[in-house]
Amino acid sequence: MSLTHYLTVSAVLFAISVVGIVINRKNVITLLMCIELMLLAVNTNFIAFSRYLDDSVGQVFVFFILTVAAAEAAIGLAILVVLFRTHRAIDVEQLEELKG
Amino acid sequence: MNIEAIVFYLFSAITIIAAIGVITVKNSVQAVLCLVLTFFSASALWLLLEAEFLAITLVLVYVGAVMVLFLFVVMMLDVDFAALKQGFAKQLPLGLLVGFALFGAVYWVIRSQVFGTDKIPEPAKHEQGYSNVEELGRLLYGEYFYPFEIAGVILLVAIIAAISLTFRGRRERKGQSVREQHRVTKEERLKIVSMDSEEQYADMEITDTKQDEETTL
Repeated sequence: MSLTHYLTVSAVLFAISVVGIVINRKNVITLLMCIELMLLAVNTNFIAFSRYLDDSVGQVFVFFILTVAAAEAAIGLAILVVLFRTHRAIDVEQLEELKG
Repeated sequence: MNIEAIVFYLFSAITIIAAIGVITVKNSVQAVLCLVLTFFSASALWLLLEAEFLAITLVLVYVGAVMVLFLFVVMMLDVDFAALKQGFAKQLPLGLLVGFALFGAVYWVIRSQVFGTDKIPEPAKHEQGYSNVEELGRLLYGEYFYPFEIAGVILLVAIIAAISLTFRGRRERKGQSVREQHRVTKEERLKIVSMDSEEQYADMEITDTKQDEETTL
């Protein structure tokens, strides 16, 4: 398996998550999940390069990305819960109070 | 076709199909489960790349914690997910256009000779006694110890932020409510009383000053 194979897989994953963000613009939960997919694609790229360039620092970087992504998911879901409590909806198009 | 290629193609196919499922499935619970499957097969790909520690971390942290959190939230919120999927077909051509354009651009870079990614030889397999955990641990607790501590602080901040955002109990602290302060009108704070001026007192003032003048003279 060459490096190009892995890079292609992660490029496909990234493109799928971008498509998901475009077509699911209403649902905040799906948007968060698409961001997780994007991070997964990026992490796969990092690990593939770390293996093929024989440099473990890439894996350390993936470790930190995982940390930040977990924090981001926790805070994002907390905001989502608060949003649902105040608006009774998570439709992005109904969130128009912050105009600007 | 050797066994490695079979494993690679099998798990990449599962990853991609599950990822497509995440963005197209109507029910959000099913979307989360598709994402779990994506993470599982991606961790198999990471194992193939000999990143054992991160592959296990992905399953433990992502599938075990983050995706369970997602499932909790999706099941807790009483949202009509079918209504949120409306307008899906309308956005689909634009989405496919963007997706194919993005993939085409990235694939052109990967395939062409820009970076020479096809010239990088496949590295030799590690020998049997090699420990990925040991190597990562040496890097994390040695050279990257300071960023490692900052990562811990980031997690602490995330804990505090998530709890303080969703906390619903009584908050036992005193503070200003800026909203209340802005709403205050003039009538609440300032009271104008109409009354007669006190003439007697005014006369006294004048006589006082006259007396003062006399004493000074």
